[in-house]
Amino acid sequence: MKKTLVLFALVLAAPLAAQDSDTPPPVAEPAGPAGAAPAPGDGGLTGSVSDDKAWADLGIAIPAFATDANPPTAANAQGTSALGMEMARVITADLRNNGLFLPVGPDVLPRPTYAEIPAPAWGLWSGRKADMLVQGYVTAEADGNLTVGCYLYDVVLQQELVRKGWRLAPADWRRGAHKCADLVYARLSGESPFFDSKIAYIAETGPKDHRVKQLAIMDSDGANHRFITTGKAMALTPRYSPDYKSIVYLSYLNGNPRIYIYDIAAGRQKLVTQSTNPTFAPRWSPDGKWILYSMAVNGNTDIYRVSVNGGPSTRLTDAPGIDVGGSYSPDGSKIVFESDRSGSQQVYVMDADGRNQHRISFFGGRAATPEWSPRGDQIAFTHIAGNFRIAVMSPTGGNLRDLTDSWQDEAPTWAPNGRIIQFFRTEKNSGRTSLWQVDLTGRNLRRLRTPVDASDPAWGPVLP
Amino acid sequence: MRRQLATTVALASAIALAACQSKAPEVLPPQPAAATPPPAETGPQPGSQADFMSRMGGRQVIYFDTDRYNIDSVDAAALQAQAQWLLQYPNKRATIEGHCDERGTRDYNLALGERRANAAKNYLVSLGIDAARLATVSYGKERPVALGSNEAAWAKNRRAVTITID
Repeated sequence: MKKTLVLFALVLAAPLAAQDSDTPPPVAEPAGPAGAAPAPGDGGLTGSVSDDKAWADLGIAIPAFATDANPPTAANAQGTSALGMEMARVITADLRNNGLFLPVGPDVLPRPTYAEIPAPAWGLWSGRKADMLVQGYVTAEADGNLTVGCYLYDVVLQQELVRKGWRLAPADWRRGAHKCADLVYARLSGESPFFDSKIAYIAETGPKDHRVKQLAIMDSDGANHRFITTGKAMALTPRYSPDYKSIVYLSYLNGNPRIYIYDIAAGRQKLVTQSTNPTFAPRWSPDGKWILYSMAVNGNTDIYRVSVNGGPSTRLTDAPGIDVGGSYSPDGSKIVFESDRSGSQQVYVMDADGRNQHRISFFGGRAATPEWSPRGDQIAFTHIAGNFRIAVMSPTGGNLRDLTDSWQDEAPTWAPNGRIIQFFRTEKNSGRTSLWQVDLTGRNLRRLRTPVDASDPAWGPVLP
Repeated sequence: MRRQLATTVALASAIALAACQSKAPEVLPPQPAAATPPPAETGPQPGSQADFMSRMGGRQVIYFDTDRYNIDSVDAAALQAQAQWLLQYPNKRATIEGHCDERGTRDYNLALGERRANAAKNYLVSLGIDAARLATVSYGKERPVALGSNEAAWAKNRRAVTITID
């Protein structure tokens, strides 16, 4: 045990500063550059855009963010002007990489002045055939924090659609860019935001028969990457707590697979249960108060629930097969899980107390690793029919749709807004793994860059 | 393995000797005393994991069909050999590792590996081995021995491995 503490103390020595800086509440109205603050636009795009294709073609110009002075900050030693360029690049990458829009970034656009942020030079942008314009500013404050303002304009209507501002610690400058991208995405698509969020996953190195597997975390766009465990003990299947303060995961510390809750700020971890039986497949309840886990007793695996604070576990399943996994509906009233009680892996739903267990997947192949969408309307799972595919179905088992088609795609996890799914892909023979994401149309598939091979992604909620 | 090494060393020495045959040694090595018994045949220490491996000759591993964990007649014969050894060395404990091929999802394979390890354990217990001497651990699909992505490799990876504790 002492060994564990030393290990985590070492791992945590450096990177915590960034986590501690709490973000001040967003500025309701950005103070903004001097000049008239235009009245909020009333027209433009309204309502939810349901046809993905229609808004995927929307051209959005994202010039560099302006600034009033150009002091160096902890976020960028070259000054807020260079920082404003970086922020516009982050926003452009967010909107482009998800296949949602056709953004044009700051490197090929003229840079608006500070005074132009609330009053765009319309002629310039309409001449460039931009449908939408994202302008913003970043300024350094006396206390060392940054103020970021973000404005979305409809160029055709020459109207402001939405604006918002935030005060941020310099270390959180990327969050300002993600929040701006979220504002744009939410206003134009009618969907909930998701860029300002984090991902926990397992970093993999080494040969196929001796993979080293480390717990790691990163922002939704791959930035701010950090390893949490050293890899001496194999780590698997992490899940962020809803408040991002801890991660529940499986570790082979001391030789046996057990679930631990790792406290990110304190750098400590504790066993979820004191049982000597193997425990695995952990999941949080939406309110963060409970953990679902699977435990094998004499070879028989069932699903249990335990308080985050410990105490006795409640057994939720008792079928003589493998009952494993489990994912809460967003309201916490139901649990979707996997069982082979019918002879092969299939997906079942039960009430949160274990009652009313019934199978919902009735189609060709096996169905595994179900995850309830944060919107509640879909269940993502691994569809095993020859190859492993990422698929979705309704909570009653209807409307099966395969979203990917590769040799082995596994373990879906939802973006906080329930529009995008991440998963990991294993390469045939080499066993190499990588993180991917796909939207609900199945059309926008892309690989996430990670420093080394990667598996078991777990997407956390949007940051407060 | 060790015996093979000894053979190799002996061969290498013979070749080395052959090369220097032209020069007779100045001093001959002393004759072994008559009282000294000839060195025991080199082999693993009885009751060690090396001894277990050598005696089992592969039967320390049993194999399973896809998504199954039942003990077939080949497995039963292997487990009987394991049980004999464990009965001969009643102070030795063992860990049984359960493994799966890569064609299953991670969590399910952890559960399936646990089933396989327990199936082997229960069979050994039925042959008279005290359950308290046998631990199980599942590695799911995390520790393959055959690295390909084909039926032959997968068949080698669906296994339960008994490892005695020295």
